[in-house]
This record gives sequence, C-alpha cells and structure tokens, in this order.
Amino acid sequence: MKNHPELAEQFNTDEARVNWHDETLWWVRTKRDRMSHALPEWEQLRESASQIKNNVLSNLSDYLIQFESNAKANGIIVHWAADANEHNAIVLSLLRQQGATQMVKSKSMLTEECHLNEYLEQNNIDVVDSDLGERVVQLAKEPPSHIVLPCIHKKKEEIGELFHEHLGTPKGNADPQFLTHAARLHLREKFLTRKVALTGVNFAIADTGEFVVCTNEGNADMGAHLADVHIASMGIEKIIPQRKHLGVFLRILARSATGQPVTTYSSHFKKPREGKAIHIILVDNGRSIHLGRPDFRNALKCIRCGACMNTCPVYRRSGGHSYHTAIAGPIGSILAPNLDMKKYADLPFASTLCGSCSNVCPVKIDIHDQLFKWRQVIVKEGYATSGKKVGMKVMNSVLSHPSLYRTSGKIGRWIMNHFPSVVNNKLNPWFRQREMPEPPKESFREWYQKNKKR
Amino acid sequence: MSSREKTLEALKKNQPDQVELPAITSYEQSEKDNVLQFKNTLLFIGGQAIEVNGYGDMITYIKEHFGEAKRILSTIEALHPVAEIKAHYPDPHSLEDVGLTIVNAQFGVAENGAVWITDDLLPARALPFITEFLAVVLEKKTIVPTMQEAYDRIGISDYGFGVFIAGPSKTSDIEQSLVLGAHGPKGMTIFLI
Ligand code: SF4
Repeated sequence: MKNHPELAEQFNTDEARVNWHDETLWWVRTKRDRMSHALPEWEQLRESASQIKNNVLSNLSDYLIQFESNAKANGIIVHWAADANEHNAIVLSLLRQQGATQMVKSKSMLTEECHLNEYLEQNNIDVVDSDLGERVVQLAKEPPSHIVLPCIHKKKEEIGELFHEHLGTPKGNADPQFLTHAARLHLREKFLTRKVALTGVNFAIADTGEFVVCTNEGNADMGAHLADVHIASMGIEKIIPQRKHLGVFLRILARSATGQPVTTYSSHFKKPREGKAIHIILVDNGRSIHLGRPDFRNALKCIRCGACMNTCPVYRRSGGHSYHTAIAGPIGSILAPNLDMKKYADLPFASTLCGSCSNVCPVKIDIHDQLFKWRQVIVKEGYATSGKKVGMKVMNSVLSHPSLYRTSGKIGRWIMNHFPSVVNNKLNPWFRQREMPEPPKESFREWYQKNKKR
Repeated sequence: MSSREKTLEALKKNQPDQVELPAITSYEQSEKDNVLQFKNTLLFIGGQAIEVNGYGDMITYIKEHFGEAKRILSTIEALHPVAEIKAHYPDPHSLEDVGLTIVNAQFGVAENGAVWITDDLLPARALPFITEFLAVVLEKKTIVPTMQEAYDRIGISDYGFGVFIAGPSKTSDIEQSLVLGAHGPKGMTIFLI
C-alpha cells in the first residue's frame, strides 16, 4: 500500500489542479474566519465547548448509561457494537428483519470508518448515499476525501461526466445548478421507495435521550421521515450531557465547518413516529482504548467540523485521499494511529506542525501537539521509515539542544514581529496562506527564567 | 461479556478523573434589534422575510407568488381560502407533490435566521422537507438573540421531533457553487407578524 508522501506526490502531478484544490479550501477557511471574527465571544464559546467535552470524556460511561435509559423510555431501540464488524452485522440484521434489500443513507463518517457500504454490498444490499457529495464519490467508486465536503477534489466536469454515465444527464453539461437538480430527482425516487434509512449522529443528549443530526441538504430528514425504520449510527464520544449544551455546539459547528451561522437543518429525534421505529447503534470501535491514552484522548472531543483540514497546508496540497483513511487531514492523522499504529505510521508526519489546526479547532484539541507526540511514539515503537527518521533527526537536533532552541525561537519571534512578510510569503510553501499565530511577547522559557528569580 | 458491558467496563477503566461542567453564560449581542438581525441573516442564508399585518396579507402574497403551485398545505385554519387544511397525514409519501406548505414556528433566532418547529405543529414530520417551497409564520416578539437563549426557551419541553430550520435546503458540493433546493425546499419565506 502506498503511504502519504507517495499518494501526495501522485496528487501533485497536476499542479494547476493542486492550486485549485488549495485555493478552494482556503476560501472555505476564510468564510470560517469571517464568522468567527464576527462573534466577540468566539474564544469563550470554544472554551466552553472544550470544557463540556472534557467533562463528557471524564464521565462517558455514566452518560452512555443515562442516554440509553432515556432513549429507551422515549421508545428508541438501543444497540451496542464493540467494533465495526458488530456494527455492520446489526445494520444487516435490521435490514433482514424488514425484508429490505435496499437502504438510503445520509452522511455518516462512522459508517465510512466501518466500511459499511462494502459489507452491505457483499450481502446483496443496495445502498444509496444521499448527500450530494457522497453520491458523487459513490458513483465514482471512491471514498469521500473530506469529512464535510466529500467530493471537494472533483471538478464539475468530472461530476458532469459521472452523471451523464449514471443518471443520463446530457454529455458535457457541467452546470452545478443543473447537476444538483438532476441529483435531486434521482435521489427523491430513492427517498420515496426505501423502507430503511440510516443517518449519522452529531450529538446525543444524555439527559433527554434524543439525538441531533445536522445537514444542509435535508437528506437525513428526507430519508428518516419517509422510511419505516430509521437507523442512527453513533460513535460513543458523540454524547453531550444536557440539551442546553447544544446552544454552545450549534453556535460553533457550522461556523467552523463552512462559515454558515448554522446548518440549514438541526433535527432533534426524540421519539419514533407512531408505528415506526428508531434504532440507535452505539459504536466503540477502539474509542474506549483511545480514552486510556492520556496524551491522545482529547482527539475524542472532535465534532467533525473539518476546519483543521481546510486550514492545513499539507491537506490542501496533498488531498484527502493521500491519507488512506476514512477521516483525512490533521484530525484523521491523530485518530488513525489509535486503530492501527503500523498501518498509519506515516500520517503524523504529514504535517508541518505549524499549529494552524489547533488554532481553528472549535473544541480546542491540541492537534499539532498530538501529531508531534505520535511521531515520538511511532519512532520509539520502530514504525517510522528511514526517510522520516531523517526528518525527526533534524527536529531532534533542534529540540534536544537547548541553546539552539532558544536562539531559533527568539529569531523566529523577532522575524514574525518585524518582517511578517518574510515568513508569510509565497516562496515558503509551508507558510503560504497559513494563519500566523500571534507571536508571544516572550517565550515560556523567558517567562519562567524571569519569574523564577523573583 | 456483552459488547455493552465490555465497552462500559473499558470506559470506566480508561476515562480520566472527573472534570466539572462549565457554567454556560449568555453573551450580550452588539445588534440589539433582534427582528432586524433576523431579517438580515435570513437574507444572507437564502431565505426572505415578509412583514405582514395579518392572514389577509399572507393570502394575497400566496395568491400572487404561488398561484401556480399544484398543492398548498397548511395547518393554519385562517389560510383555508388558499390552502388545504389538515392536522395529520398518516402517509408522508402522499406529500410528494406539495408545492407550498405554510406552518407556524414556535420562535426564531436572530443570529442565524433559524426557526424552531416541533412535530405538534406539523401534520407530518416529512412535510417541511418534502415540500417544494416552505413558508413559516413567525411572531416577531418571539425572536431570541442566539442559540443559547433558544435552548433556554426550549428548556426541558417534550416533543417527538423538533427542528431548527434556517433557510432553504442547500448544497455547495459541486465546486463550492451554492445551489438552493438540494433535496428539500427551494425557497423559504417567513411571514413576520
Ligand atoms: S479536530 Fe477540531 S477542527 Fe478538526 S474536525 Fe475535529 S473539531 Fe473540527
């Protein structure tokens, strides 16, 4: 299997296309900035969101038990899946119970993580992804390349070609309005005829036993409200304690993701319709083990907004598929090694450690610190390839020599303060378009030296 | 051991020491006029707000703009001259040809142009999604500044299904070009009274 540098190189053979990809994502990033800068309380909201999630991680078992009993009281059927296989088997058994051979699905990164579609296809179930971007990649027989913008790597002409082949649109028509309308008609037929619909879950509330699904297209609702059985697949970390906490999370999620004040639909599912059923599958798949790694457990706070990808200079210039895992980008690079350190040993190295991801993360995950820590773990465990060892050596030679470190830090801060354009210019690819963090007036070390003497 | 027990046991073993929940404060907004803010935001997200004096105005507006609609549904008795009024549709599949739906909302949110609608206000949960155009009647005095006040207002109230709807259904999945009417309504009108 090819690793990140090899796949990134492949992506980089078409320079114009890479530039386009880079600029498109940067544009999404600037939309996010406009939204966050318009809210004076932005930093406080991030802090609240982060603290709520810290509380969740410290009480996850109790919150799950509480959620389960409240959901049951609401008439929702709760299942537990230890891993991807069990999750997939539960979905299949629910389909079989209904005698269904077809299912419509809305966006769920968890089902990508579990490779549900492949599994169901092997069992002769026809699955249709209903999010437009996901439908596009499904028709192209590719995985999504971004958690929020699944076909961000595709040009409209390619989508036109796919739709021509699969939906019978006129050849050469690549108008987004026209193609979206064609997809609407094509998918409406699916919504109206499927008896089972699967959705993801953005938040589940322990206190009330309800769960919330956020979409812009309305596809989750079209599926769920027209089907007899609604299956919701949820990673166990998606729990939040109380309904009022949505007031914090829904203020930051869409602003961080696409620069919208909120998604078009924030749907709260509490009880099934009369005579219909809602099943929720609580999936562990490595999360409970992940929680036991103090340096890395914070990654479980992620609300899957995608902001860390849009801002990442490496993601923008290497594309989502180069990460060869369901969740790409900086967050994917710290989640994947938990599942398989050897297979994903390359991912923590797919970063400049510039810290832009941590700066934009709405729940304040220390993403770039974790990337750095993963590198150390991976090297220690003997999984780093020789090429990376060289990179590590360079970094180690800086970090292990205190005098060098001090000087380079000081010079760096001085340059950023006096000649911001020197580092933030086009000649330095790693600094291109990167939000330069405000340089601290003094480093921790200088501060410590000064304060120690007092 | 069942998967449930296995997961819960592992979590108990691995979860960090108890961290307290933060107090959630609300924040004063720079724009004090909730109605103005709501209207501007709605426009920004592809919807539109129309100020009306009563149901007569709405009927005139609907006749003028949706005269061609195949089927117009509403839960609001006063709109019977232009709409089919029914409290419940047991089979949502029968709603496939609805051109316009007019329903009430509980309240609106100024910061994001969303309205909160629970299933007791809907003749079918699918209706606000399957309809080609959606219109919502909203009392101006119910508009709250942000989602935080919105959840204060919702409190612990009970419902089977509740949804914040902010503007028409949309997608930007094809090269980030915004298209309204992905799967749900192609347009959203809010009648402010
Ligand atoms: S790590 Fe943070 S920025 Fe990245 S997707 Fe998760 S919540 Fe968003």
